[in-house]
Amino acid sequence: MVKPSTAQVWDWLDQVPDPEIPVISVVDLGIIRDVQWQDDTLEVTLTPTYSGCPATSVIELSVDAALRDHGVETLTLKRQIAPPWTTAWLSDKGRAKLETYGIAPPNPAGGPTRCPRCQSENLKRISQFGSTPCKAQWQCRDCLEPFDYFKCI
Amino acid sequence: MSDDVFEFLLRLGDNTLVLGHHLSEWCGKGPVLEEDIALANTALDLIGQTQMWLGLAGEVEGKSRTADDLAMLRDAWDFRCCLLVEQPNGDFGQTIMRQYLFDQWHLLALTALAQNPNNQIAAIAAKAAKEVTYHCERSAELIVGLGDGTPESHARMQSALDLLYPYIGELFETDATDSAAHFDPASLRSAYDAGLAATMAEATLTLPDSRFAHKGGRTGARHSEHLGHMLTEMQWLQRAYPGATW
Repeated sequence: MVKPSTAQVWDWLDQVPDPEIPVISVVDLGIIRDVQWQDDTLEVTLTPTYSGCPATSVIELSVDAALRDHGVETLTLKRQIAPPWTTAWLSDKGRAKLETYGIAPPNPAGGPTRCPRCQSENLKRISQFGSTPCKAQWQCRDCLEPFDYFKCI
Repeated sequence: MSDDVFEFLLRLGDNTLVLGHHLSEWCGKGPVLEEDIALANTALDLIGQTQMWLGLAGEVEGKSRTADDLAMLRDAWDFRCCLLVEQPNGDFGQTIMRQYLFDQWHLLALTALAQNPNNQIAAIAAKAAKEVTYHCERSAELIVGLGDGTPESHARMQSALDLLYPYIGELFETDATDSAAHFDPASLRSAYDAGLAATMAEATLTLPDSRFAHKGGRTGARHSEHLGHMLTEMQWLQRAYPGATW
């Protein structure tokens, strides 16, 4: 096959959904750190989010499968833990999609700025931990709906 | 030298393995759903960290043992976890007190290890410290909420503190194994004590007078009787069906 450009590969990876939050891609999540050709082998470097995140191996499988579907035959996936993953790597596009999906995006001040449903700023924290390690549970005091907050890490 | 680093990595990995396993025992039994989820999430972080520490230990040892081999195919006398994490869950208060006492040490230790000259140790520590920051916040909040709570919760937290306080001294013993890994736990004690005193004051709990410390977990010289029972359950499948995979 003709070697696709790395820009093309980034574009393909941006179509691979996060298994837990399918509205955002693995590129939006900031876990794809590098894509490059080493001779005829495509090398993709990933940084896992949380140490115990069960999605890590699923993500690696989906990245591998997606690239093979696009005709990449020889590829290696490298896991890199330093520097550690941070929510600062989330793309703006990803943050906007999270909010539309009902998950408040991470905020360095330590909590969500507004309710993703009604935009109210009158919020309270229910629990530091939510349905996955990356989320906390919050509630809106105005519309009373509970919602997930993507924790800052 | 590499033997010492191997032992040192076992200390870190066995702490998170044993504590993570104990926390996972709460899954489905937490007092409220949010606490149940939080305990399970904390357990998940700790087990994930275990995979990294024991994975690195296996590499350093150079005998092709994986993180799973080290977790599932060693007996109690080969474990190097501290005695604190071996202590059973008890009631919810005892679990949270054990967690608080460990979390505070864990964050200080990981923060120091993030500067370790060994890049792999530093990388794992820096990553784990981010997660443990959340564990610390949560357990400290619960200590204050329960300690300064009802007479019942206060009494349970005080007895948990009295029971577990004698297990923290071991965490600050620096020996040749630590030194070989360029780590000095003794240097963390004053920051730990200051944080502990502040939290306990806010929680209206009284620190015991005696600094007596149980020792023997980190060196493997004398584990508590609880570790063997836990391992029997955790390693049951590998003992019954050696080499089983799924």
